[in-house]
Amino acid sequence: MSETERHTIIALVDNEPGVLARVVGLFSGRGYNIESLTVSSVSVDESLSRMTIVTSGTPMIIEQIKAQVNKLVPIHAVHDLTAEGAHLEREIALVKVVASGPERRESLRIADIFNATVADTTTESFVFSLTGKPEKVDAFIELMRSLGRTEIARSGVVGIARGAKAL
Amino acid sequence: MASEPVNGAQIVIKALLDQGVDVVFGYPGGAVLPIYDALFKQNQLRHILVRHEQGAVHAAEGYARSTGKVGVVLVTSGPGATNAVTGLTDALMDSVPIVCLTGQVPTHLIGNDAFQECDTTGITRPCTKHNYLVKDPDRLAKTLHEAFYVARSGRPGPVVVDIPKDIQFADCPYSGPGNVKHKTYRPQIKGDAGKIAQAVDMMAKAKRPVIYGGGGIINSGPKAVELFTKFVKTTGAPTTLTLMGLGALPASDQRYLGMVGMHGTYEANMAMHDCDLMLCIGARFDDRVTGRLDAFSPGSKKIHIDIDPTSINKNIAVDLGIVGDIASVLEDMLKAWKAEKKQTDKKAVASWWKTVDGWRGRDCLNFATNKKVIKPQEAIKRLYELTLDREIFITTEVGQHQMWAAQHFRFEKPNHWMTSGGLGTMGYGLPAAVGVQLGNPDALVVDIAGEASTMMNIQELATAIQYRLPIKVFIINNEYMGMVRQWQELLHGGRYSESYSAALPDFVKLAEAFGGKGLRATKPSELDDTIMEMIAYDGPVIADIAVDPKENCFPMIPSGAAHNEMLLGPADEAEKPVSEDGMVLV
Ligand SMILES: Cc1ncc(C[n+]2csc(CCOP(=O)(O)OP(=O)(O)O)c2C)c(N)n1
Ligand SMILES: [Mg+2]
Repeated sequence: MSETERHTIIALVDNEPGVLARVVGLFSGRGYNIESLTVSSVSVDESLSRMTIVTSGTPMIIEQIKAQVNKLVPIHAVHDLTAEGAHLEREIALVKVVASGPERRESLRIADIFNATVADTTTESFVFSLTGKPEKVDAFIELMRSLGRTEIARSGVVGIARGAKAL
Repeated sequence: MASEPVNGAQIVIKALLDQGVDVVFGYPGGAVLPIYDALFKQNQLRHILVRHEQGAVHAAEGYARSTGKVGVVLVTSGPGATNAVTGLTDALMDSVPIVCLTGQVPTHLIGNDAFQECDTTGITRPCTKHNYLVKDPDRLAKTLHEAFYVARSGRPGPVVVDIPKDIQFADCPYSGPGNVKHKTYRPQIKGDAGKIAQAVDMMAKAKRPVIYGGGGIINSGPKAVELFTKFVKTTGAPTTLTLMGLGALPASDQRYLGMVGMHGTYEANMAMHDCDLMLCIGARFDDRVTGRLDAFSPGSKKIHIDIDPTSINKNIAVDLGIVGDIASVLEDMLKAWKAEKKQTDKKAVASWWKTVDGWRGRDCLNFATNKKVIKPQEAIKRLYELTLDREIFITTEVGQHQMWAAQHFRFEKPNHWMTSGGLGTMGYGLPAAVGVQLGNPDALVVDIAGEASTMMNIQELATAIQYRLPIKVFIINNEYMGMVRQWQELLHGGRYSESYSAALPDFVKLAEAFGGKGLRATKPSELDDTIMEMIAYDGPVIADIAVDPKENCFPMIPSGAAHNEMLLGPADEAEKPVSEDGMVLV
């Protein structure tokens, strides 16, 4: 068996009711993984939405996933950012840390290193806001967990290809 | 081209007529009353009242597959829509173009658990090619035309249009079919020229080629079928067809090896296993065809031509995948073959044919006849032989009789064989025959049936009676769910759990109760007369053919086995028990 690979796939879809259900239903019905999925309208007239789907599977499954998503009627385009070359991936996390004493001070120091900003504070908690690659967000969350009680909200990954070519 | 506003129900009729629809299979109810009222006020569009909405979809499938047109269904909300689900799934699996209109509760009630409300688009999303909920009167006409476009384009399939009752009453603008250009859905028709050249080259160099064709050839249309036959002739390659592809190459063609797969012929499966080049055209490497995946045709290069990119490299990794419409791709392949003056490796192919003919010599479809009891294969063989001079369409139910029909009925033309392949839906054949007969009023239409399957949609006999559709239900009555019994014999120690057809009705009286004719044959000596009487009768007939209850369907690739591990008959069955791995497969 071939190795499992992680791919970031984007789909431009008609912004109409049910389109998210079609994509999600396709993944669950065929047993594909979804590590994260984000969707938002992206065109001036709000007629188009863009989905970023992070998935994993063998190369044959990844090809299937792209072909299956592309086959859905309201899909305009599917791109595999991972396969198509240099691209950016970003994610936003809001991380609440409930801590006091040295842990509280340490959380602030680490946040500074990660370029996270303080979005909210009480005397016993912070909410940090962090934008970055998913791995950076992972690392940040792991450190915060060691410092106190945490609550995590993550946006899921959005991605775009580098360079001058625009879709 | 907007014209006078008319109400949504009238728009529905107008759109169907403009799409060239002449018959609709349906069943009324509260949420479609306005459409039924509009139907009542016109006389161009014919409505066929089925007796169950599942029957409506299967009838539309039979109509579509035998005529090449889109089949149209009209059902009410809630139970009307949910009853249609099996038919829609069947049409999706077998790529049949269907437009199914469902009534829905008025838009302002959607989501409130209104009477006969169900989430039709939610329920049918995974069992349709696409579906729509029309919430805006302006979109109704456009959506209907788009539904037809999607249903018939690319790989065909069922499309649901859910129409709330208030939309059916609302003033709606109309625009004709010509104005629809789909913004996203445009299937690729033309195959990649470089890949086509490569395919032709591989085909010419092959020493042991096999062509494996499927239902996609028939779906592509008459031109594709013609070109397929031409391509087979040009290359002289041994050719096999899937269950869905029967008729894509005349069964009488010398190069035809019979059907491939679980109950395919020995020669077809052996050729698939031992070939050095497999050219798959409009088939999808279904598990009933491939058998054990890791032992599937281990020594061959594989080329796959299909209009659906998802079919390529799904189950089997191929060496060359060509996305495109089969007619277009085959046309280009034949052109390239001619332009480059390609020749097959005559010596190698001749020696390959020698091997293949050796397998043919096993005569794997042979069966022992018997003076006392009718063999099911014999019943089908005689039906075939006694109707050779007729234009005959065959539908089937699901089970052993279906496989025997596929083996022993020989098709010279496409679109004359309608069976539920992908979903394997018992109860398909009778309503499908209703649809076939409507599309082909002068032809002989026979549902080769099992007694258990017949009970699943027997109510449609009333439809046949009402519209004087002289369909014949030819029941291979073995008093068992024979295919289930066969598997229980092979895999479960002969424990025939719940597979006996108990409390069967008297099918002769049943036919009469519906207003048709009932016939019965219990001895081989009665078989021919019963068949002749059946086809001579101008009206619906049930012919109850009592056959050997213990007959098994061979040859067979048991689940979990490879193409070269076929069971050819009862003797093999005892010798080669099914593996534990095979048992868990379906
Ligand atoms: C709707 C449905 N339910 C169950 C099955 C499983 N099944 C496959 S074949 C079969 C038996 C069919 O019996 P019959 O119609 O008498 O045909 P035979 O195999 O005896 O020729 C059953 C129950 C099915 N295919 N479809
Ligand atoms: Mg039976």
